[in-house]
Amino acid sequence: MAGDSPLRTPPKVAAPVVRPRARGAAAGAVSTDVRIRAEHVSVSYGDRRAIEDVTIDIHDRAVTAIIGPSGCGKSTLLRAFNRMNDLIPSARSTGRVEMDGVDVLGRNIDIVRLRRRVGMVFQKPNAFPMSIYENIAYGPRQHGQKRRARLDEIVESTLRRAALWDDVDDRLGASAVGLSGGQQQRLCIARALAVEPHVLLMDEPCSALDPIATLKIEDLMRDLARELTIVIVTHNMQQAARVSDYTAFMLAGEERIGRLVEFGLTDVLYTTPSDARTEEYITGRFG
Amino acid sequence: MQLTEMRPDFERADGVLAGVEPREWLFRGIVGGAALFVFVVIIAMIYELTRQAWPAIDAFGLGFLTSTTWNPPSEQFGAAPFIIGTLVTSSLALVLGTIIGVGSSLFLVEVAPRCVRLPVSYTVELLAAIPSVVYGLWGVFVLGPWIQHTAGPFIVRWFGWLPWVEGPALGVGVFEAVLILTIMILPTIVAISRDVIGAVPRSQREGILALGATRWEMVRIAVLPYARSGILGAAILGLARAIGETLAVALVIGNSTQVPDSIFSPAYTMASVIANQFREAENDMHVAALIYIGLLLLIITLLVNAGARLLVWRVTKGQITTVIE
Ligand SMILES: Nc1ncnc2c1ncn2[C@@H]1O[C@H](COP(=O)(O)OP(=O)(O)OP(=O)(O)O)[C@@H](O)[C@H]1O
Ligand SMILES: [Mg+2]
Repeated sequence: MAGDSPLRTPPKVAAPVVRPRARGAAAGAVSTDVRIRAEHVSVSYGDRRAIEDVTIDIHDRAVTAIIGPSGCGKSTLLRAFNRMNDLIPSARSTGRVEMDGVDVLGRNIDIVRLRRRVGMVFQKPNAFPMSIYENIAYGPRQHGQKRRARLDEIVESTLRRAALWDDVDDRLGASAVGLSGGQQQRLCIARALAVEPHVLLMDEPCSALDPIATLKIEDLMRDLARELTIVIVTHNMQQAARVSDYTAFMLAGEERIGRLVEFGLTDVLYTTPSDARTEEYITGRFG
Repeated sequence: MQLTEMRPDFERADGVLAGVEPREWLFRGIVGGAALFVFVVIIAMIYELTRQAWPAIDAFGLGFLTSTTWNPPSEQFGAAPFIIGTLVTSSLALVLGTIIGVGSSLFLVEVAPRCVRLPVSYTVELLAAIPSVVYGLWGVFVLGPWIQHTAGPFIVRWFGWLPWVEGPALGVGVFEAVLILTIMILPTIVAISRDVIGAVPRSQREGILALGATRWEMVRIAVLPYARSGILGAAILGLARAIGETLAVALVIGNSTQVPDSIFSPAYTMASVIANQFREAENDMHVAALIYIGLLLLIITLLVNAGARLLVWRVTKGQITTVIE
């Protein structure tokens, strides 16, 4: 039904690229196709500039981590990719964010369709106060899938992909609000997957979770990255090192305007950073 | 540099902490006493109303509720026209007021820019402070003639096929009372539902929008379910005001003791018949019958409140309160 969408790309065959799980794998195995190309992106809140002149390529079927100290504009950059900043009346964006050949910051973008292509998982789990089943079925149904049997399939397959199926298969009708924080976060991931996004944005998705739930979600991200593009904001540098293929380091200087300091393969950035500030940050000397 | 100014505050705070226990008991005593006082007042009112209404209760019994005769000279009294008038006007006003009130709250919170939201909010709150006699006079001099000459004929012409829609519009009647009551309960409903709608967590709104929902879907799925119990509470407060409203209704409803057969018929409500006839009561039985109506009004109010509370409890049961934001 979205066949004419400029945001649509042809469906891809799963996992043509061998994905390294551990750091240190050959850099050549990591995807180099660009999914999102951000060019000279600046965002201001009212008079105050939050990020300036960020240029970054987000690679397809890879995990890109954005790290940096609090307030450097990581969330702001992430939320530019699905136009979430539009919800803040004072926010203004300039520059280009090119995806599938169109500028998503442009005027004529169908934001509803964009957000369907670019899913988002938030810091705090935000399950809707309805049943587990409905939380997931809501999106696909809204986008035109009315057949109950198909919805059942979607619910089951996305819950399986989010590693939640075994926890909840006997109580799909129960309120999602009764789940634990980690389960709710996986439900939110399942919910985002149910509308078949090409890109998944995750803003500190594990910061409200315990270590075990965190590991589950990290595993899940590695699995998902075989089929889709993931951008994760995290404060946890070990997490970024464990889970990402590419890392972007952002920093706000004296004037408190966030800039991209360094971007590259995670392995390279963590072992031989080219900027002294990156090295200081990842070795824990500031930030 | 402000530390020196803050010190005394810290000391005072310490003092409060030290004094916690006796104050706690004092507090409990005060609120407990207040609650008991309210309870005693209600019981005393029911007792006193029953005592004074006794001649009428004795003479007409429960038939008083269903009898439609109201004839003071022959001492024949039945409250059905007034009960019907009260229930019809206040429930219609409740429905209209809730729809309009929630709609405008949604507009204020979700759509309106700040420069519209603030002035409109203040104006709506101001409406709550206008004395009801002013609403009544406005009803008599502005609303009534408008309905009589413009709105009434239009409605009769196009919707005359509906039951209870029949002309002619007189300029006084059920319809005028409903509109006045709607306007009077709007500030309450808007003020409260605006606050509860505004209190819906941002994470819920963002969650649904991130799935590619439109604004309207966001309202339907994320906002209204969250705000539901608060909106119900607002509607109940509005209903209580509509049931008890006396003066404005007395001015516009047309004061007819017949059961209304159309929305344009003149009618009476329980509160307004008491206000209008009490001073000029023709005989002791008339007075007793009016007090009997007062007793019924009190009971209806208590029942509506209890029912509303039950509704809120049932609607909120098992959801929302435990959501992790
Ligand atoms: N809604 C807003 N209104 C005004 N300023 C904002 C708003 N959101 C963020 N900012 C400002 O923009 C800057 C970047 O914020 P952002 O939330 O993107 O930082 P962040 O890197 O995600 O920080 P954290 O790690 O603490 O989440 C900050 O200085 C912040 O104060
Ligand atoms: Mg952030």
